[in-house]
Amino acid sequence: MKAVRKIYDEEVLYINELILTKGCIYGVIGPSGAGKSTLLRIINMLTDQSSGEILYNGEPAPKNGLGKLTLQRNMALVFQKTLLFKDTVWNNIAYGLKARGFNKKEIEIRVNSLLDQIGMTELASRRAETLSGGEAQRVAIARAVAFEPEILLLDEPTANLDPGNIELIEEMIIKMARDKAITVIMVTHNVFQAKRIADQVIFINQGKIVEMGPTEKIFSKPDNESTRLFVEGKMVY
Amino acid sequence: MSRLYEGLLEALRLIISFDPDLLTIVLLSLRVSITAILLATLIGVPIGTLLGLKEEKKTGFFNKIIFTFMGMPPVVAGLIIFLILSRQGPLGVLGLLYTPSAMIIAQVFLASPIVIGLTMVGIRAKGGEIEETARSLGAGSALAAWTVVKESRYAILGAVITGFSRVVAEVGAVMIVGGNIEGHTRVMTTAIVLETRKGNFELAIGLGIILLMISFIVNSVLYTIQKGGKKN
Ligand SMILES: Nc1ncnc2c1ncn2[C@@H]1O[C@H](COP(=O)(O)OP(=O)(O)O)[C@@H](O)[C@H]1O
Ligand SMILES: [Mg+2]
Repeated sequence: MKAVRKIYDEEVLYINELILTKGCIYGVIGPSGAGKSTLLRIINMLTDQSSGEILYNGEPAPKNGLGKLTLQRNMALVFQKTLLFKDTVWNNIAYGLKARGFNKKEIEIRVNSLLDQIGMTELASRRAETLSGGEAQRVAIARAVAFEPEILLLDEPTANLDPGNIELIEEMIIKMARDKAITVIMVTHNVFQAKRIADQVIFINQGKIVEMGPTEKIFSKPDNESTRLFVEGKMVY
Repeated sequence: MSRLYEGLLEALRLIISFDPDLLTIVLLSLRVSITAILLATLIGVPIGTLLGLKEEKKTGFFNKIIFTFMGMPPVVAGLIIFLILSRQGPLGVLGLLYTPSAMIIAQVFLASPIVIGLTMVGIRAKGGEIEETARSLGAGSALAAWTVVKESRYAILGAVITGFSRVVAEVGAVMIVGGNIEGHTRVMTTAIVLETRKGNFELAIGLGIILLMISFIVNSVLYTIQKGGKKN
């Protein structure tokens, strides 16, 4: 990703350069309004950048057509405000698999295995509308990883959840990333969550990457003073 | 008072005995309005979905046109379709005036803006979010649009039912383009007008009761749907 800018009414994101490595778990932290969600949306190609270039495996991303769809299908984004379809839990998880034309048998195997992983086998035929917040979020993540994307984008996946569900979801994310070598880019408002699960931490403030580095370094001896203040919870904004 | 009472009794007798005249009228009414609403759905849902997914700013002009057409007086719609279908009109050669087809066209013209407008409003509420969720999971444009429609099914059904209840009860348009010809283009509303004028209150009241029942059923369904939609 090179010199990518996003301008709405004003510039909300300017990234000089960001290089992401396959199979790594990234924790994106920063105050609200920093541009974290915008970054995920641009990577997922839901919004076009205003200028600059995004490269996937060294190739410039196609802006439209089948090329774009193919690329998008290598990724999944779980939104800050997740929306489950008004359908059964099972069909929600199967959605991305059906969109990709997986055969019935394969869909069944994967969905059932995921239901087992998120501990919701009994709730397979429940309507998604009737789930609790934690259950809904587990389904949203299962739905996003069902088709084993190369890149998993998570926008505050555990906001407003209880500790039990947070732990479960964090375990799921780590397991997915390790087993399937999925690159995870997780935005979180919770610096401790980043500390727990990220390999690399990216600190964004006012639309710019202030600092990026190995989690340990960011938390023990960051180069930047504002990074230090932020991870220590002392930043005033 | 006794005239109303006797009329009511006779009307009930006509309904219970499936009086052939009454039945012909009711069935034609339903055939015309159901066909019209099906066509209006085919036209209105895709357009409404498309507009609903666009930003409100960009569809401002369309919005105004659609909302104007939604409130179009049926007689005006009838007049417009009459002029189009009449012998000198652009579609005069088809010879459709004073046929059930003309009535269907007039009702499609009345119902489509309602279906478009209400679908648009319903989709605008959450359509963008649904579309993005679908896309983030790998849906192409067609699947994403279909998902939006499926997820907005309560709003869309509501739009269709509202359109139906409007056309089945309207009298001005079908009167003008259909001509209220007995056994051919006479529907419930136009029959009520005629029979009342003639003093045949039994048939008029009987049709009125049936129209009310249809309205009751339709609105009960609508109410249930909207309750279901809110719950989710
Ligand atoms: N669709 C949009 N139109 C205009 N401004 C937007 C839009 N989306 C986000 N913004 C603005 O961009 C900035 C960054 O937003 P966002 O990426 O959501 O921040 P974060 O996720 O870090 O809290 C905010 O100031 C927000 O108001
Ligand atoms: Mg955000």
